[in-house]
Order: sequence, then C-alpha cells, then structure tokens
Amino acid sequence: MIQAILVFNNHGKPRLVRFYQRFVKEIQQQIVRETFHLVLKRDDNICNFLEGGSLIGGSDYKLIYRHYATLYFVFCVDSSESELGILDLIQVFVETLDKCFENVCELDLIFHMDKVHYILQEVVMGGMVLETNMNEIVAQIEAQNRLEKSEGGLSAAPARAVSAVKNINLPEIPRNINIGDLNIKVPNLSQFV
Amino acid sequence: MTSSTNNWVLIKIIKLFGALTPLEPRLGKKLIEPLTNLIHSTSAMSLLYECVNTVIAVLISLSSGMPNHSASIQLCVQKLRILIEDSDQNLKYLGLLAMSKILKTHPKSVQSHKDLILQCLDDKDESIRLRALDLLYGMVSKKNLMEIVKKLMTHVDKAEGTTYRDELLTKIIDICSQSNYQYITNFEWYISILVELTRLEGTRHGHLIAAQMLDVAIRVKAIRKFAVSQMSALLDSAHLLASSTQRNGICEVLYAAAWICGEFSEHLQEPHHTLEAMLRPRVTTLPGHIQAVYVQNVVKLYASILQQKEQAGEAEGAQAVTQLMVDRLPQFVQSADLEVQERASCILQLVKHIQKLQAKDVPVAEEVSALFAGELNPVAPKAQKKVPVPEGLDLDAWINEPLSDSESEDERPRAVFHEEEQRRPKHRPSEADEEELARRREARKQEQANNPFYIKSSPSPQKRYQDTPGVEHIPVVQIDLSVPLKVPGLPMSDQYVKLEEERRHRQKLEKDKRRKKRKEKEKKGKRRHSSLPTESDEDIAPAQQVDIVTEEMPENALPSDEDDKDPNDPYRALDIDLDKPLADSEKLPIQKHRNTETSKSPEKDVPMVEKKSKKPKKKEKKHKEKERDKEKKKEKEKKAEDLDFWLSTTPPPAPAPAPAPVPSTGELSVNTVTTPKDECEDAKTEAQGEEDDAEGQDQDKKSPKPKKKKHRKEKEERTKGKKKSKKQPPGSEEAAGEPVQNGAPEEEQLPPESSYSLLAENSYVKMTCDIRGSLQEDSQVTVAIVLENRSSSILKGMELSVLDSLNARMARPQGSSVHDGVPVPFQLPPGVSNEAQYVFTIQSIVMAQKLKGTLSFIAKNDEGATHEKLDFRLHFSCSSYLITTPCYSDAFAKLLESGDLSMSSIKVDGIRMSFQNLLAKICFHHHFSVVERVDSCASMYSRSIQGHHVCLLVKKGENSVSVDGKCSDSTLLSNLLEEMKATLAKC
Repeated sequence: MIQAILVFNNHGKPRLVRFYQRFVKEIQQQIVRETFHLVLKRDDNICNFLEGGSLIGGSDYKLIYRHYATLYFVFCVDSSESELGILDLIQVFVETLDKCFENVCELDLIFHMDKVHYILQEVVMGGMVLETNMNEIVAQIEAQNRLEKSEGGLSAAPARAVSAVKNINLPEIPRNINIGDLNIKVPNLSQFV
Repeated sequence: MTSSTNNWVLIKIIKLFGALTPLEPRLGKKLIEPLTNLIHSTSAMSLLYECVNTVIAVLISLSSGMPNHSASIQLCVQKLRILIEDSDQNLKYLGLLAMSKILKTHPKSVQSHKDLILQCLDDKDESIRLRALDLLYGMVSKKNLMEIVKKLMTHVDKAEGTTYRDELLTKIIDICSQSNYQYITNFEWYISILVELTRLEGTRHGHLIAAQMLDVAIRVKAIRKFAVSQMSALLDSAHLLASSTQRNGICEVLYAAAWICGEFSEHLQEPHHTLEAMLRPRVTTLPGHIQAVYVQNVVKLYASILQQKEQAGEAEGAQAVTQLMVDRLPQFVQSADLEVQERASCILQLVKHIQKLQAKDVPVAEEVSALFAGELNPVAPKAQKKVPVPEGLDLDAWINEPLSDSESEDERPRAVFHEEEQRRPKHRPSEADEEELARRREARKQEQANNPFYIKSSPSPQKRYQDTPGVEHIPVVQIDLSVPLKVPGLPMSDQYVKLEEERRHRQKLEKDKRRKKRKEKEKKGKRRHSSLPTESDEDIAPAQQVDIVTEEMPENALPSDEDDKDPNDPYRALDIDLDKPLADSEKLPIQKHRNTETSKSPEKDVPMVEKKSKKPKKKEKKHKEKERDKEKKKEKEKKAEDLDFWLSTTPPPAPAPAPAPVPSTGELSVNTVTTPKDECEDAKTEAQGEEDDAEGQDQDKKSPKPKKKKHRKEKEERTKGKKKSKKQPPGSEEAAGEPVQNGAPEEEQLPPESSYSLLAENSYVKMTCDIRGSLQEDSQVTVAIVLENRSSSILKGMELSVLDSLNARMARPQGSSVHDGVPVPFQLPPGVSNEAQYVFTIQSIVMAQKLKGTLSFIAKNDEGATHEKLDFRLHFSCSSYLITTPCYSDAFAKLLESGDLSMSSIKVDGIRMSFQNLLAKICFHHHFSVVERVDSCASMYSRSIQGHHVCLLVKKGENSVSVDGKCSDSTLLSNLLEEMKATLAKC
C-alpha cells in the first residue's frame, strides 16, 4: 500500500502532499521536512530507494523517489508494493501531468491543484494503485474537463443563476394577474374600513 | 498468472502469492514451476525481480524437502547476480536486498559471489554499501576473515560520513565476534584491530569496542599479556583519545583499558609507568564512570606493584609507590561524581593505613593483593537458571502468612517484599550453597573496598571445559614465537595478516611434508590424495594456544538441553538498528534556500535564480555602467534579503507614475519636470534607496535606461512633494517606484516605457494620463493627467469637465454640480509640463469603460488671450483597476486551493521576446507581481481595488505564451485576459 505521496521542489517547498494514512498536520510537515533532507543528500546517480526508518510506519516502509528537474516525487510504500513498479508509476504520473498541462512545470501543481488531485485520484486511490495506463488516465481527465466546461464549472454557478433571473420573461407575469379579482376585492376591503 | 501479459497485474499477483506462501505451505510447491518459467521468459526487470523474490519466499517457507530445490536457488542467485552486475543502481540495490534474504537460509550459495559483494563495497551509493555490508556478515569464514576485515578497515579510513563509518565499525565487530569468535584464528590480530578502531574520529561506538576488548581479554587467556601491553599503551596515550574526542564515545575504550590493565596487572611490563599514567590529573576530565574504574584499578595495579617490590626486597620502592598514591588520590576524592568520590576516599584511607604499616616495616603486599585474589570468569547467560534450589527452600511458599486482600493499605509493602524476594537470587547467581555464602561474607568484611565489578565466583576447574565442545577439537599448536608478543606502540593490524599468511604457509608445508611422508609409505594407488590439498576452514589452526574460557556455570548446575539452543553470541543484543533515524548531530548541513528561513516574500525564488544565471552578462555590460554602480551593486546584493523583508511589510504600493516623454528645456523651475540627463548624477544618491528596493523585488541589476527612468521618477516625486494638490496618501508614494521595475528588462533592452498614455493633443497642449487604483479608497481610482504646454503662450484658467456615466463618476469639490468643470490648480508657462490628479469613483470594475471629457483653457501670449478647448476620452481598462500587490507563495497556494476562483486561459503565438521581458511587460502594464518563477514558467498575482484576486500562470513555450488565469470574477478575468492578449500580441 502507498502511505504517502510527496512532491516538493529542490528547496523543500511542498507542492503536492497526499497522505493515505491519518497524520496530524504537524507530523505531516515534519515528515515532508525529514524526507526532503533525506532525499536532498542523495546524488542523482545513486539508487532511488531509501529506507525511511521511523518516518512513517517503520522498517517495512520504503521511500521511493524520482527527481525531475526541479521536483522530487517521493512515494512512501510498504513491502507489498513492487519497488520497480512504483518507480514506473511515478514516471507514468509525471508523464500524465505533462500531457495534461503541456510542458508541465512545478507551478502547474500549484495553479491547477484541483486537476492535479483529480489526476492523482485516477492513478492512486486510498493508497492503492488504480490505473497505470497513461492513455486511459488522460482520457478520463479529458472527459472530466469536457463535463466541467459544459457546466461552466462550479464557480460559474452564481453567474448562471443571475443570467437565469435576467432571462425571465417579465412581461408575461403581469399578464397572468387577474385584474378582475383585484377589482372585486378592493371595494370589499374599503367597505370594511 | 500464466496467461496475463500485463506486467502490472502479474507483479501484483506474484506479490500476493508471495505474501500467502508462509500461510499455506502447499501453495509454494505449486508456484515454483510457473515462477521459474516466468523468470526464464520475462524481459522486464521488475517482473523478474518480483519472481525471484517470491521464489525466495517460497524456498524459505519450504526450507527443505523440495527435489529441485537447489536448482531454483541457483537460478535465483544467478539472476540476482545479473541484477547486481547491472549498471542501474536501483537494480543493484534490489539484487543485494534479495541476496540477503537468500543468505539467511542458504548461505553457501551466496558465498560463491563474494567477489561481487566486495566490489559493491566500493560503490559510491551508501545504501548499496550498507546492503553489501549486511551480506558480508554471512560470508566470512576463517580463511577470509582477515582479508575482509582488512578491506573494511580501508573503507573505514576512506569513509566520510559518520553514520557510514559507525556502521562499518559495528559491522567489523559483528563479523569478528559472531558465533563466539568462531572465525578468529589470531586474537592478537583482533586486539590490534580494536585498537586501530579506537583511533577513529567521532564514533559513537566506543562502548562497543570496550566491551569487545573486555570480553576477549577475559575469555582468551593466552591473549591477556598482549592485550595488557596494548591497553597500557592506550592508557599512555589516553590524552589523545580524551582530548580530541571528549564529546563522543571513544573514551569509553579507556574504561576497558583501565580495567584490563588493573585486572591483569601481573602481565604489565612497566606497571609503575602505567600507574602513573592512570593517576595523571587529566584523568579527572573523563566521565565519572570511567574515573571510577580508574580508581578501582589503580589499587589493583598498586597491589601488584607492592607485591613485586616486596618480593624483590625494595622497601623504599614500595614506600615510594604508596606515597605516589597518597599524593595523587585526593584529586579523585574531590570528584563531583559520587561513585568516584566514594571509592577514592575509601582507597585513600586504605593506602594511608598501608603507609603507616609500611613505616613500621610490616610486609603488607600479601594482604593488599588478597583484596583482589581470585579469577574472574564470565557468567553464562543461563547460569541463573541452573542454580539448584537448596533443599528445604520453597520459593513459592510465603514467609509470612499471606495478608488478607481486604487490607488495602498493606498492598504496597507486600509488593515491595515480593520484589525483594525475587531479586535476591539474581544478585549473586554464583553463590550456590551455604558454605560458599559464609565464606564470601567473611571475605567481604575484610575487603573494605569491594569492587562491584568484581563478582567473585569460585573457580571450578573441573567444570570449565565441560561445556566447551568447540574448544577441544581445535588443533592446538604451540606458539611459535617468531611473532613478537610485545609489539612496541600501537601495532598495525596489517602485519598480522602477513604473519598469519606466513604461518599458514608454514603449516601447509608441514602438513604437506607429513602427507608426503605418509604417501611415500603408501602405495601409488591413492593418487587422488596427492592433488594439491585444499585448505578447508577446519584445517586452519589458530596461531596461539587459544583457551576460550567458556562461561562459568554454578557448581552442580542442572544439565538441561533446552538452553543449548540459545545462540551463544553474547553481542547479538548490541546489534544496532540500522533503520534508526539520524540523530541531530549526525545530520549533514544541508544547503537551504534562503526562502525557507527568512521572509516569505514571494519574489525570492526569482532573484536567486537570476543572479546566478545573469552574472556573465553583467560583465559584458559593465563597461557601460558607471563605476559607482559596481559598488552599489555589491551593496545591493548584500542588502537584497533584508530589503525583501522590508518590502513585504510595506503597504501595497500604488502603481508607479513614470514620466511623460518631455522635451528638454534649458530652464529649470521647481514645478517642472525636465529630462533627467543633467540631473542624473544628483539624483542617484537619493534614488539609491529606491533602487535597492526594486533590487530585492525582482532584479539585481538594471540596464541603465530603467535606472534613469527611476531618477526621473524620483525627481518627479520630489517636485510633487512640494505641491499640495496631491490626494495620494504619502505612504504609497515611497514605494511607488517599485512595481515598475518588476521584471525590468535585462537581456534585451526594452524601449523606455511609460504607463502614461496619450489622451489628446493639439497645438497648445498635450495631455497624457495614467490611471492608478488605490486600495485605501474602495473602488476609487486616481487619474493623473500630465499637461504639457507646447505653445509659446502661458496657459491658465485651465478647467477639466468630464461627463459622468452611471458606473464612473468624478469626485468633485463639495458644492459643485455634475456639470461644473474642475479647475486645474496650476498655470503652465511655455514648454513646461505639470501633473494634476483627479479621483474617480467606479462602481463595477469588471468591464473596461470610457469617459468623455473636455479641457478648456486660456492661452495667453503677448498678442492677447484666446479661449481654447481640447476634447479627450478617458479609457479605464480593467488592468487599471488592479493594484500591484505582493503575495507570498503560500498564500497564493492557499488561494488557489480554496477553489472558488473561475478559470480561463489564452494563448498567444509568435512571441520571440525573452520570458524575462515578457514578465516585465505584464507586470508593468497590467500591474501584476511575480509570485514565483521557475524557468520559463511564472505565477503572478494582483488584486483589484474591489478586492478581486487575480492569479496568473504564464508559461512560455517554443514560440508561444500561454496564460492561465484564475479570478474571483469571471467577467473581469476574461476582460483582463483580452487586454493582456493585446499587450502580448504587440511583443
């Protein structure tokens, strides 16, 4: 099972943090920080596995990471995941990101945080690997984008409401009012007064 | 599993099977075959690795009884070898990892790959080296131990990281001491290895080395003489250990050294010298527990010296030693450590007493050494269990009547008693019977200074060899004293390796001779044996007559078999958790970006990157810049950090006014703005502060042009300051210059830009204007109009009238009606320009809009005055409602995270401008600030006067620029992006 997915840049600034196990916020931050220090020390040409030790879980857990330009992608997994498999998975994830935001950059992760999370959810859910085929993932994301566009997004809802109100055909409303009834009632009322 | 072609699925299934095999023994047998097939057929390394892994798991769970068992092991090892030999570090690591799993059950098959593992020790990757070390542990034999340890020692010298060095150290000790020193043939060599290890800087494992020294010295009798000589040398050089490594654990070694020297003082060559070494004042700087051992062993040493002297009849020499003790011991009496203090004062009194006796010429040596008589033997871990319960003692029986449970008050005392009873036998495991006990008690009364380390147990020679099956069959060779037992100084362990080789060679020759003799006697039929004899482990005879004293057992210990299963390696408890996280002290200093430490100004990332990349270019430009600038730059770079911080605390600055392109006139007046060329120098000093700020904001240097611009600005501001027409709050004026510089050009020089756009012009007057928003006044914008007199007449009585719209209204002086004009508060002599500011209130800022207006004025010259008019259109673009607002990247991320921003994006093709300039343009024209920039991608932020957040992600591709925007208002965003598109299209 995947315990956590951490993405941070060369300066240790977290760009995407996803835990599949409950941790208090402070501990999460500490984990990110320590992981960063562990990973930073390592050259690019040495192996991509790290025994995480007491960071998460225990000795059963490994940190598997990849370093792309300015970003570190770190997966914390237990022994039931294949190490080489996870390495490939990171590659798939990054390539998917690159396809979805052409020429992906670390700032995309911030700017399109929602979409990044959608993509991640297509790949990994609840700590389990769901899909490893990139084309499949991209297709799902594109379908989602289309749907979102057709609805104009959640944030456009107020605007749609306003336009709906504007489009109400006002002249029709007075037409339906039965003036005859009003005429009858008003004299009655005046008599009471 | 056999039919699937998807490696992902296969790996998952194989993993699952691997996890299931320990639970279901029958599964394993069925798995072997398909897995072996997969191993043969697959080309994917990941699948291969998982298969091998699972096969190993199966084999471990089966352990035996498989017919083709060794074949599959061989296959696995063979495949793993391929992995390890691969150049990919990841495969290498995993190969070693799997190999270590095989090692546990089938060490033989791994041992053949020793060469490969040793090769991995040289790897640059620390985790691979650690894995290889793990493997080495299982691969040593009598034959290769020295060689392997020698290799490890060279690694210890080379290793740079403390953690790795410590790891090596523990591994060396582990490897040597495993299974009761099974593989060590020459303990002198081992002792010298240990002594060499003490020379390591900053190791934490001093206690481990100390424990090994003690253990070897106690258990290997033959080595004691040598050990003592080494330890006394160590004690002699104690200052080296203690001074340089006070803070780390290596001084623990002195603990062992002192104890060994004291305990086996009869082997000392120069006891007097060692005694003095132990009584040096410097010793008092050692940790308390070490001092305590020192004190105790000083007495032992003293006792043996005393005895020597008395036997030799040197009464004066004996008295001199006593005097030395009396002189030096007080330094320990003053120790802050209670243990040291107590022991020292006891011993001091004892020595003083001895001194008195010596003065009367009473021989005391016998009695003093009686204090420490007896042999110390290690106690077997199972000895406690084997103490026979004396007859008539029922440990389960209550001594008192059991107290009734109702008396709750008594619970505590009862518990205490209970504990006491259990503990008693533990304390003195070897005090077997009553007789022994009585004897001991007597002895203890005599021995005032009893040593708690000195649990005297009765030596029982008839038992000592009883439980040592391993000792008898070791061939005993008389020590050939070609090896000098006393090696002067600290010896190098290497020489032992050579000696050992020689010795083995000799043995082999002897054996060969013997064999030859035998063979000569025999007939030719047995040719087979004449082939060169291969030396098996068992053939290697230890160098010394090693007497491995086994652990002591209580007398008449109960024989039991169940205990024998215990691995008798006493150091397995010392095995160290490899997975421990680094202690703080071990962490290497890590270069941190300033960002993480100091202020969180969003711009930070950017200048750092740029500074590095732009340096060479800076040089090229240097000649253009004035010398003064160089100095300034240095200062600036230093200041940049502080200034960032300063910047971030300032109120959001208003967009900067830039000067109108004004033609130069020779004449200067207070109210005029002239071209800055002649004033540049004067303004520089004043402008410095401004420049520095901008520096921190985005750039560390500027081309000369923007600098000039700033001087102009500065100048302008100074002149403005003298006027009273300013409605702008003074606070914003200070910071006004910054945003302009945001992303100012560096690589290519942009033409001097101005945010002032032409409003209208005729032969008399030219109007340019700039629209700035202010955060203080909600939904208000300030329109700064620069009026320039182009004619030769004086312009006066100027009045501005603007037609208000529903959405935008001009703020007029109180009492004036909508149709009245607003007067311009100055007159313009010929060739002079000046700026007037007017405030407009805007209701909805999501759309751009235009207002019509007229400027009416009287042009007066020598010939007379004429009334003139100039119509203009004020264009309020959406960008003009934005205010450059710095934003921390954290806050930026949070904003985007909230998800209530609507998104839109544009893409502009055919842009050749550098990304830097592009950003500068966006910052300048659209009042954005760069939050973060990474390569050719930047996030930007701005805020509207009504508090809309606008976030941008600008990315530059090959020839195009894409801008993604997010904003709280979708209309505003789309309008803004349209404006931006127009700007970018011009690039």
